[in-house]
Order: sequence, then C-alpha cells, then structure tokens
Amino acid sequence: MLEIENLHSQIGGTDILRGLSLNVNAGEVHAIMGPNGSGKSTLAQVIAGHEEYVVTDGSVTYKGADLLSLDPEERARDGIFLGFQYPVEIPGVNNAYLLKAAMNAKRKHLGLEEIDAFEFLKLAKERMAMLGMDPKFLNRGVNEGFSGGEKKRNEILQMAMLEPSLAILDETDSGLDIDALKAVAEGVNSLRTPERAIVLVTHYQRLLDYIEPDFVHVLSEGRIVRSGDKSLALELEDKGYDWVREAANG
Amino acid sequence: MSSENIESIVNRCYEHGFVTDIATESLPPGLNEDVIRAISARKNEPEFMLEWRLQAYQQWLEMTEPDWAHVNYPPIDFNAISYYAAPKSDEDRPKSLDEVDPKLLETYDKLGIPLHERARLAGVAVDAVFDSVSVATTFKGKLAEAGVIFCSFSEAVHDHPELVRKYLGSVVPRRDNFYAALNSAVFSDGSFVYIPKGVRCPMELSTYFRINAANTGQFERTLIIADEGSHVSYLEGCTAPMRDENQLHAAVVELVALEGAEIKYSTVQNWYPGDENGVGGIYNFVTKRGDCRGDNSKISWTQVETGSAITWKYPSCILRGANSVGEFYSVAVANNMQQADTGTKMIHIGPNTRSTIVSKGISAGRAQNAYRGLVKVLPQAHGARNHTQCDSLLIGKECGAHTFPYMEIKNPSAKVEHEATTSKISANQLFYCRQRGISEEDAVNMIVNGFCKEVFKELPMEFAVEAQALLNVSLEGAVG
Repeated sequence: MLEIENLHSQIGGTDILRGLSLNVNAGEVHAIMGPNGSGKSTLAQVIAGHEEYVVTDGSVTYKGADLLSLDPEERARDGIFLGFQYPVEIPGVNNAYLLKAAMNAKRKHLGLEEIDAFEFLKLAKERMAMLGMDPKFLNRGVNEGFSGGEKKRNEILQMAMLEPSLAILDETDSGLDIDALKAVAEGVNSLRTPERAIVLVTHYQRLLDYIEPDFVHVLSEGRIVRSGDKSLALELEDKGYDWVREAANG
Repeated sequence: MSSENIESIVNRCYEHGFVTDIATESLPPGLNEDVIRAISARKNEPEFMLEWRLQAYQQWLEMTEPDWAHVNYPPIDFNAISYYAAPKSDEDRPKSLDEVDPKLLETYDKLGIPLHERARLAGVAVDAVFDSVSVATTFKGKLAEAGVIFCSFSEAVHDHPELVRKYLGSVVPRRDNFYAALNSAVFSDGSFVYIPKGVRCPMELSTYFRINAANTGQFERTLIIADEGSHVSYLEGCTAPMRDENQLHAAVVELVALEGAEIKYSTVQNWYPGDENGVGGIYNFVTKRGDCRGDNSKISWTQVETGSAITWKYPSCILRGANSVGEFYSVAVANNMQQADTGTKMIHIGPNTRSTIVSKGISAGRAQNAYRGLVKVLPQAHGARNHTQCDSLLIGKECGAHTFPYMEIKNPSAKVEHEATTSKISANQLFYCRQRGISEEDAVNMIVNGFCKEVFKELPMEFAVEAQALLNVSLEGAVG
C-alpha cells in the first residue's frame, strides 16, 4: 500500500529525513519509534503532505501511484488519515460540521452522494458509543477547550468515521492517562481490518502494550536503523535509545 | 502554507460585476437649489418636502466633510455627481412582475435573486429599488390586511404625509452630520414602513437595493415606525455592478420604536469593493440610527458588511424609554484595499436600559478594518448595562484591525463590560482541515463562518444561508 524509498526531507533548510525506506502493506500495523528529533513526526507530516516539509530526494508510492505530487486534501480523500499529535482548535466550527464536511469531501471524490443528516448522526453516535464518547461532543467547537485526552479521542473518532486505508497516528498516546490510553487503544484496535494499514508513531513502548504491532521500526537521525517485531520495542524499552544510536553509528 | 493558493482564493473576481443596459433619465452632474427643485418636481412632491430638502441643502453648505474615520480616499467632487437617475419605465410603473423590464429581472437573476420565486417560496414582500425608483412591490395586499404600510418613500410622501412629516428627521436630524445633510437634500427614494399598534408584521420585509447607473450617487432614505406593541423584522440587501469610478452612497435610515415595540433590522451589504488595487468600488457613508422612544422597546441591528471600497457606518440606538434594549451584531469583512470603519453607538438615557454589542471584524489582503463604538450612559440612566464583545480575525500579514472603544459613563450604577480578541487563521488550522479532505477554500470559509456564528444566528433564518454564501464570496477576498 505504501512504499517509501530513500526519502530525504528538510524543514527550514535543516535535513530531517536522510534516506528513509519503509514498506507498509494492507492489514499491517507498524510502530515507528525513536528518540526526540529522530524524524518520526516529520515522516508523518511528509506523508500527509504538510507543505513546510520539503522533500529533497526519494519517492513515496501509495496505492501504486506517486503520492508526493498530490495536495494534502487529495491524499486525505484517497484514504490517508493523520491523527495529529497536537490537534488544533477551530473555535466556532462544530465537530459535527467538520466531520460531515470531511466525509462528504471523500464521498464526492469517490463519486458517492453526500451523506444525509440522519444517516450521519446515526453513524456518528454509533462510533462515539464505541469509543465511549459523550454525543454532546458533536456540538462542541472542534477541539475547543478539549482536554488532551478528549482531543486524542476525537482524532480516533474522525478516523472511525472517515475509514481510511492508511492511518498514521502521531504520538496518539502522549499526554494520556491510563484510562484514556486504554480507550484510545481499544478504538484503534476495533479499526484494525485486513484492508487497513496503521502506522503508530510513538516515543514510548507503553502504547504497544495495548495495540500490538506487526512490525517495529526504530528511527535515528532520519533513517530506520532497526526493524523487528514487537520484541524490539521491549528491548528498546529495556536498553534505551542510546543503544540504537550506538548501533547505528557503530 | 502556500501563500499562492490562498492568494488565488482571495483574488477571485467579484461575481456580481455586470451592468444592465437600461436607458436612464438622469440629471446632469452638479448640485444646487435648482437640482433639488428638479428632484422634488420629478417626484411630484408636496411643498413641505421641497422646503425640507432646501433647508437641508443650506445646512449642508455650512458643513465640512468629516475626517476622523480611519479611512483614506481622494477628495470627493460633489459637483461631479449626478443626483438623480430613474429607469425609463418610471412614467409607466409596472403593476406586476410580468410588466417589469425583462432585463431588470435578468439582473436580479444574475444576482441570484429570482424575485417572484423568492417572494413566493419565502413569503417575503420585496420592494426592490433599482437605481432610485422602486420598480416592483409584492405582497402589498397581505400587508395591507394587517394594516402594515410598506411602500417606497416617494409613495409615502404622497399617501401618508402626516406620518412622514411627524417622523422624518426625528431620529437623524438634517444637520446631524455632513452626509446626513446631503442625503436630506437630495434623497432619491427608499423604503417606508409603518406597523400599527399591536401588530406583528406577518412577514419579513425585504428590500434589495442596487446601484446601477454610472456616476450616480444613490441617496436612500428609509424610515421605519413601529407603533406601540408592534413587531417588525426588516432586511436590507445590496449588491452593485462593477464600476471604475467611485460611487458615493450616503443613505439615512431612521427607526422609531414606540412603547413595547420591537424592530429587527438586518443588512447584508455586498457592494462592489473595487479591484485588488482599490480602483472603483462604492463609498458607503451611511447614517443609521434607531430610537427606542417608548418604554420596553427594542431595536436590534444585525449587519453583514462584505462590500464597498470604504465603509463608514455606525448603526446606533438611542435608548430613551425605560427598560429599552439595543443590540448590534456585526460582521464586517475588508479585503484587498477595502477600508471599513464601522461600529455602533449605544446611548443609554432611560433607566434600566440594556445594550449588547457583538462585532466580528475580518481583515484580509491589505485591508484596514476598524471597530469604533461608543457606549454612553447619561446621568439619569440608572441601572444601565452594556456588554461589548469585539473580535478581530486577520488573514494574511498585510491587513490591519483596529479597535476604538469609547465609553462615557455618567451614572455610577451602570455596568459596562468590554471584551476584545484578535486572532489569525493559522496555517495549522488550514492543514488540519485539508488533511481531513476539505479544500483550502472550504476550510477558510468554514473557519470564518465559525468565527461569525454568533452574528449569523441573529439573522432571519432564510437570510442566514444567503449571508454565509455572500461571506464566502467576499472571503474570496477575506482570506490570505
């Protein structure tokens, strides 16, 4: 589904990704780990199409086509979802409105009719119940005054509604207490399907106790330096990131 | 964020720019007593009206143009303006829409206002002002049944001179300000509304104004009187064709609410703002004032101001009656080279008077947007209360937002609150929306509409949607 080849990217003239390669297939869950500044979030932003991140070399192929030539909204409509590390507040725009606009943008792209209001509400309530969210959320401003946990849960709700082919969850676990973490993890797990790929970007192993990845990759200085199964995450937890850095440099 | 993309949204052309080719009977440019006599004669006005105009003209001659607003424009040559234009069909006014010049209807169609459809579907009585003379009036019968008078100002002068004499200039005196005096001397036409005692007007009253003859200043005069215990909601909407020369518009609107009466006055204004370099566009120097003359009366102004090169406008409330209520809800958009200096005045005279001000200013391009508001509490206004909320949204780096709140509080029991915020549409907000599949343009519209929500919800339902659409069109100029 996603093939990244020798990806180089910079922001503000500083190189962040330095030759990253990664393949993700449908049905797989990949965890990208690494120390601060290793390029995890940059990778997520580049895939989503943030224009501040300039790709200087390499290629990204998604569903067999060049991804990098597409605008962020085209990528989104084509099934790429980014769960933001810091979801932004949009005062005055209610959650339901944004969600519905997003769903309809995608449906339009797929040649489907717009979802009608009743169908939308029914679906939203269903998904919110699944995530243990209060339906009142729908009528609040997008992330406006949400707690950290509410924001992250809201991201997962959007994911559940938009049903992406490829979901990248950037530090979805950061700032969550254990109950919120469990709820978010349950939400993500319920969205694991054979057709969907999920990439978890995380600093800590903790999240992986609840969402079990098929593959774990360790990022250091803009490259993947180690790949393995979930045991790699445990090893990392045990030995710390210095171990990877040394391994990479040594 | 890609500034080119945003710019292309901002720079989309004004969609309502076109000119309908209808011969007009205009007066030659210039202003003197003869011109005023000619205007009055063409309208076949009674003597009192002519006298009133001539006195206003004399007063105007002694006044000077105000220069305190936060706007810049070259001096206006008042002798280069023609003060009267009417469509040819004036002598033979249409009795129904079928008789209306098809080109005229076509113009309304282009503006998205299919008049008869609109009237039929929405149940709205439309008194459409094309240039300076009303050409189509609908639903008169239904209104007449309720005893409501809704007609052009010219008709009111003939048919209801006693009401006109009693109330004209009673809220905005002739010499109130330079432009009010000018309007009083040369006003062409406008709307007149009278709601009798205890009557709730059975429908929204709506007037579409349109400036269409080259080089013709348009001087609307509107007078709305809500008698005791009555209720009326009035909507004024405007859009003008593209022009190279600046067109002066100096309207006067007077509202009178007697005891227990309520007037809701909503404006959607979309006049040609000029091109991206500020060439052309309407100068909109308007005096709007409501007088809560009776106890327990209420006047509410809601405005969505998206057009005009220069806007100079302060819909105000004089809260004279005890417990009277004044409200001002405003969205003002300024884009490209537009300049807006708008706000309100709440004058608390009676005891326990209350006022609410919610102002949302949006600036984009190189526009300057100023809120100017006065809250004045006179010594006898015991227990007066005001809440002012004044928010500015900036789009791009070259625009400006300014807030000039004035407060004159002469009664110690008054409670006056003022809140102000300034924010920007951030690249992160746009990216977030785009990552959800929403185009940049839609995202901007969504964010701006969210910002304006408190004001939109004050608009009559059937116009709220229209206002949003209009804002989006103008925000094609408001986001960058």
